[in-house]
Amino acid sequence: MARVRYIEALSRALRDEMTADPRVVVLGEDVRQSLRRITFNLAMEFGEHRVIDTPLAEQAATGFATGAALLGWRPVLEFQVPSLLYVAFDQVINQAQKLSIMTGGQAKVPVTYIFPGSGARLGLAGQHSDHPYAILAQAGVKTVVPATPADAYALFRTAIRDDDPVAVFAPAALLGSREEVGDEIAPVPLGSARVHRAGTDVTLVAIGHLVPTARAVADRIAPSISVEVFDPRSIYPFDWDALRASVAKTGRLVVADDTGKTIGLAAEIIATIVEEIRLRATPRRVTRADVAVPFAPVLERAVLPQEEAILAAIIEVAGEAAAA
Amino acid sequence: MSIPDVAPDRSGADAASLYRTVRTIRRFEETVEELTAANEIPGTVHLYIGEEAVAAGVCAALRREDLITSTHRGHGHVIAKGAALGPMLAELMGRTNGLNHGRGGSMHVADLSLGVLGANGIVAGGIPFALGATWAAAQDGDNRVAAAFFGDGGLAQGLLHECMNWAALWQLPVIFVCEDNGYAVSLPASASAAGSPIARAESYGIAAEEVDGMDAEQVHAAASAAVERARAGDGPSYLHMKTYRFRGHHLGEAVLKLAYRTDEEIARWQQRDPALILASRIEPAVQVAIDEEVEKELTAAIEYARTGPLPDPRTATDYAYASGLRPRKGS
Repeated sequence: MARVRYIEALSRALRDEMTADPRVVVLGEDVRQSLRRITFNLAMEFGEHRVIDTPLAEQAATGFATGAALLGWRPVLEFQVPSLLYVAFDQVINQAQKLSIMTGGQAKVPVTYIFPGSGARLGLAGQHSDHPYAILAQAGVKTVVPATPADAYALFRTAIRDDDPVAVFAPAALLGSREEVGDEIAPVPLGSARVHRAGTDVTLVAIGHLVPTARAVADRIAPSISVEVFDPRSIYPFDWDALRASVAKTGRLVVADDTGKTIGLAAEIIATIVEEIRLRATPRRVTRADVAVPFAPVLERAVLPQEEAILAAIIEVAGEAAAA
Repeated sequence: MSIPDVAPDRSGADAASLYRTVRTIRRFEETVEELTAANEIPGTVHLYIGEEAVAAGVCAALRREDLITSTHRGHGHVIAKGAALGPMLAELMGRTNGLNHGRGGSMHVADLSLGVLGANGIVAGGIPFALGATWAAAQDGDNRVAAAFFGDGGLAQGLLHECMNWAALWQLPVIFVCEDNGYAVSLPASASAAGSPIARAESYGIAAEEVDGMDAEQVHAAASAAVERARAGDGPSYLHMKTYRFRGHHLGEAVLKLAYRTDEEIARWQQRDPALILASRIEPAVQVAIDEEVEKELTAAIEYARTGPLPDPRTATDYAYASGLRPRKGS
């Protein structure tokens, strides 16, 4: 057993896949120096032909990865800043993602997009604070947001082995988090949720760095309200069966997600459930405000989903049921 | 008797072979024009008529294992790279025996087994595949060259310049083939690209040349020199093909009655029809024989496409994911 940091888990996953499969290469900006630390030491271990610094050309780099994948390679493309996805958007959602169906199954594009440092991290302001995972999921791109070091390790490996494009979001707020893990970390398939804490009164869906927040809320409110902390891990495909089972038990639903509210992931989760299950209380969502993250730290905090807001939503949802 | 899903060899580079490829593309496109007007082909198509010498000359300089990335006006490239007409036409008609099983259509027609990494509905969108694919091939020890086709409208796309810069930095075996047909839809090329595209390519250290894109033999000579440089490890080339499309941007243009060019201009370019230029260099009897063979191939292709089954609506989300993941349904 060893205490492993989230970022080390990602690095270990990449190293293990590069060792297992000589056709896995990693590309990105400053990956040889490893600005983001996922590729730390890998250029030395595997050679510069497998750890490749690209020019600052995100569209070309994304299409380059697609081209290499079409020839049977398994590129991992690191986006140094998550919002650089916007620069490369056509190449991800309109090219790589659609090639399989557009070619009638001729093309396979086994590319992994890794987004280290997703989301706000105090003071990076408007263009460096987004979590573009919901946007990718809406385009049907396989998308995961691991919440723990062990899940980060397992899901990154699964992503690299998958035959389609997969986006892996590593929330900035979790990169330094630690967890005791064994020498062997069990694989996790895409589309497999995890219940971090079982409960009977409210299902609290939390994504990414809001998972530890959700666990803290559940601890604070117990035993008066029994909260089930549900971590989808995979945004697309989503483990709807597991969520149905949880909500069928609790009858109440709160979703905490750090992306925009409008036409958002939380809305999608609630809509899917209320189409199928009669809830005992009106569901609630706690999301980011529909706004670019403002710079001053007090403003940044004001637009992001906070623990107190999640707690208030839980009390409201549970209380409404209690009063009925 | 031609077999509709097997293409005849289109690798020859003599005038007769180039004529055969040009004639094949021309007759294919004329057939596509008719079938679209008759609603046998859904959507719209961007016809390559007038520009056939570029695809014929460039692809004749490539080997079967070499690669191309194509455009929204891609039928000619895919045929010249060796695709059989039957599955090509069946794809345009949305049939399951089409190259893409009816999932791609005109703008996405592809045959990866021939190194065709797809036509592409986004201007310049496919060019970066040529970089990654040639790099990957080199890692495998395969000396494969890629030709990346785009139009004069593509000269204004930032992605093209990212790719030219990168290919030059890494000396990748990519041939950037600009098909300058004079117009990006209705925008004259002079309003698309400032300065000299040739000088621009040269500023990246890329060997660049303007070519008469109506003469397939000149195209072939320039492309062969570029392929030789690429194969020798001397990096990318840029070929600026002066050409012209005899039809509108797409078939809808006739209805819209756009007036960005004159009938006189079209007639002037038609005097330099790439099929006529090549025909003047071969024996009339040879030309007649080729024309007959092409008609037979086309007749068989039409039969193949028309008798191909339409896809079952229950398979509408097939191939969405290589892993077999089924997407959620809409209702």
